[in-house]
Amino acid sequence: MTLKAAERSPAAARPLLSVDHLSVAFSQGGATTLAVDHVSFQIAKGETLALVGESGSGKSVSALSILKLLPYPAASHPSGAIYFDGENLIDDDERDLRRVRGNRISMIFQEPMSSLNPLHTIERQVGEVLKIHRGMGEKAARARTLELLTQVGIRNAEERLGAYPHQLSGGQRQRVMIAMALANDPDLLIADEPTTALDVTVQAQILELLKTLQAEHGMAMLFITHDLGIVRRIADRVCVMYRGKIVEEGPTPRIFADPHHAYTRHLLAAEPKGRPPAANANAPVVMEAEDLKVWFPIRKGLFRRVAGYVKAVDGIDIMVRAGQTVGVVGESGSGKTTLGLALSRMISSKGGIRFEGERIDQRSFRAMRPLRERMQIVFQDPYGSLSPRMSIADIISEGLKIHERGLNADQRDQRVVGVMREVGLDPAARFRFPHEFSGGQRQRVAIARAMVLNPRFVMLDEPTSALDMSVQAQVVDLLRDLQKKHDLAYLFISHDLKVVRALANEVIVMRNGQVVERGPAEDIFERPQTDYTKALMAAAFDIKAAPTGVVSE
Amino acid sequence: MADDSLKDRIATDPSLHQRTDEDVAAELARDETAGIGQMIPQGAVEAARVKRPLLSPLNQRRWKNFKSNRRGMWSLWIFAILFVLTLFAELIANDRPLLVDYKGEFYYPILVDYPEETFGGFLPVTNYRDPFVQDEITQNGWMIWPPIRYSYNTVNNEIPTPAPSPPSWTLSEKDRCARYPKGVDDPNCTFGNMNWIGTDDQGRDVLARLIYGFRISVLFGLVLTAASAVIGVGAGAIQGYFGGWVDLFFQRFIEIWSSIPVLYLLLIIAAILPPGFWVLLGILLLFSWVAFVGVVRAEFLRARNFEYVNAARALGVGDWTIMFRHLLPNAMVATLTFLPFILNGSITTLTSLDFLGFGLPPGSPSLGELLAQGKNNLQAPWLGFSGFIVISLMLSLLVFVGEAVRDAFDPRKSFG
Repeated sequence: MTLKAAERSPAAARPLLSVDHLSVAFSQGGATTLAVDHVSFQIAKGETLALVGESGSGKSVSALSILKLLPYPAASHPSGAIYFDGENLIDDDERDLRRVRGNRISMIFQEPMSSLNPLHTIERQVGEVLKIHRGMGEKAARARTLELLTQVGIRNAEERLGAYPHQLSGGQRQRVMIAMALANDPDLLIADEPTTALDVTVQAQILELLKTLQAEHGMAMLFITHDLGIVRRIADRVCVMYRGKIVEEGPTPRIFADPHHAYTRHLLAAEPKGRPPAANANAPVVMEAEDLKVWFPIRKGLFRRVAGYVKAVDGIDIMVRAGQTVGVVGESGSGKTTLGLALSRMISSKGGIRFEGERIDQRSFRAMRPLRERMQIVFQDPYGSLSPRMSIADIISEGLKIHERGLNADQRDQRVVGVMREVGLDPAARFRFPHEFSGGQRQRVAIARAMVLNPRFVMLDEPTSALDMSVQAQVVDLLRDLQKKHDLAYLFISHDLKVVRALANEVIVMRNGQVVERGPAEDIFERPQTDYTKALMAAAFDIKAAPTGVVSE
Repeated sequence: MADDSLKDRIATDPSLHQRTDEDVAAELARDETAGIGQMIPQGAVEAARVKRPLLSPLNQRRWKNFKSNRRGMWSLWIFAILFVLTLFAELIANDRPLLVDYKGEFYYPILVDYPEETFGGFLPVTNYRDPFVQDEITQNGWMIWPPIRYSYNTVNNEIPTPAPSPPSWTLSEKDRCARYPKGVDDPNCTFGNMNWIGTDDQGRDVLARLIYGFRISVLFGLVLTAASAVIGVGAGAIQGYFGGWVDLFFQRFIEIWSSIPVLYLLLIIAAILPPGFWVLLGILLLFSWVAFVGVVRAEFLRARNFEYVNAARALGVGDWTIMFRHLLPNAMVATLTFLPFILNGSITTLTSLDFLGFGLPPGSPSLGELLAQGKNNLQAPWLGFSGFIVISLMLSLLVFVGEAVRDAFDPRKSFG
């Protein structure tokens, strides 16, 4: 139907890509689940369409079906067609698909590290695309590669040609990926969460780059994301996906100003809200460190002589009070996680650390064990921090078995049920396994594991970064309530300033292992002093790139 | 307590007041956290009565995967039946009756060695195949024989042709029983005394030797595999978990250790110690555990930096608990896929040592020795053929089972 309509209309008005009642089903062990259910959308030439939704809503699957990149035959299309320039891409004819892939439609993936082959140089990876689709020779490919790298904003492109992916930063890697995607002047660029794995500052730069490149080349873009802030900045039109269906579609300003569907409103309302409790300078100090240093030695030569140090944390004073939160912000590699790990004595460090008035920096790892009950860590990735082979009850009660040996199985179970209710989980699910839970629920389990021991100090290592926007807000609320109830001291590590703003009384801005700026949260957020902090703010709240040189690439 | 918004809803919704706040909050949180992965059942109230399932869902799916491999499933069944049958070889093939009723009393010759005086003779051990003893018992009672009246070391003194004698069913009844005192009418000319696959070159029943040989091969393989798995996994786990100098030292040790020529060592030790089941097992165990170390070490090296392992460390869990509870299950998948093939390797090693004559002591029921006899007696093809068929059947069944296990543990199939 759409094809006929498209054929009748003049070529200019015909959409570049038209997805028509597309469904995607996955079958596993006899059971079939419908991941995408009769989804239709169009993209015109030069337009940017954003597909928004939380993880599991089917947005990536829809995008991957356009190039037939799903694991067939486990995946199948019960209905639908995808017309690109009038040709159906998901029929059995594979030839048109090969002509289109990487040539007229190209794709950028989320994880720039795993999307590049670690054994090939940049020149070879970018050149490969040119040689395959354009039939370019060695010399022509090299010249074009240089041109592309300059275009995507890699400085000293000539020197970088021989570099391997691990020698580049995350942002530079994503730039290389974009260069590869642009190599053949595609008509359509599919960007699958291209900035999710990057720092906020780098994210702003990459978005800006995509926007200018799009204008230069006049290509259309299908942008997949869960972050509405990005959508507002980059998209012309938005499709909101929920449970495999498009629930709302419209121009970006209209969606933000006047959302019709309840789910869209829910998404829009999902930004972390609220403010931390007032700072209390009289609250007892729980964790304190003076001149904390973590230096990793660089060893060289036959005798492994120490040739220098990587100064991950270089002389930081910190003080965390009961019922208060210290937020540590900075780009990746700034040493904020290392600082947290050193405070909780997971890695060795120099400088005095006091926990509830007691010196703990001289204690061995074994001697730290009795204290672990009172100092807990919540890790970043709720998918990695829960053992896939243990039930939720076992995971939560593991610490109880060590620190409260007096409890019998029934008492332990009661504690588990209690803490699960406290973090908003259904206790009936406690014998289920982590893979049966969503990301937000898993993070609740990780929080329950820390809370069941009634800690005094909790180190929260980017606990919301791996979560969807709507779930982030809930986890932040949960953390704030738990803090109020148990008078907990938090060390909150994050690169996401919105979340930090909702939780922290005091903020430390870190860069290269040193403190750039510190002070009460209001001062930092309202009146940032240094350029670096200002750049972080601009990137986080307005998604604006800072002038070159202030932040890393 | 949960989120602020939830508290508001609790406060304003009067229908929610009968239950505890926490219950309600949990329920509300559930329908707030929307998304496709959120499939917690709605029956929250009977929280305390939930029972732990017997098998974890992961293992359930693996078992289902295994069952769906029909060849593997059949092989497992056939192998299990054969193994259980041969475990009770004494009840199937034996030169003693299962039960004797003599002068009103019951005797259990399989379990107890009765002196011959019990049945009116004078020898210290009763030979129940002796016509004198048989007559004595049948006149004063009765006895039940197993289906095959030979044990693995019973020499048939009445074989119709010079040893090795062909299968009895190839001969007429008259020829078959020619050596019995009363010929065809002799009470011993029965099915139980037939040599179904003939005899070997010492007049012993081949079928009985196959049954016992199968059992000893499989048991040897199982014990050797289990013992080397325990040692190998332990060594690999320690190396992988602690890493550093421990790892470096152990790796070098293993390199030197595994370069020792096993066969020569076996010859030397066999000259000093009398070779037997346990001595052989011990010597082979000295070297077979190395096979596991590499894969387990690699798994531990990979997994010790997993975030959930760090999380356990942050909880204060001890090293050994972490190794057992968090890391070992990872390594077990790799090990389990290896196991059937190592088992096969162990059986083949034993068979080949027996074939060369360095294996189990002479007289033991061994498949390798049967093959050697087959090689030396080409005029008696039943020796070589029967040995070959049993060994190849056993190894093929194990390979099929191993394949199915490997597929069932394939992570691409179990997570989907």
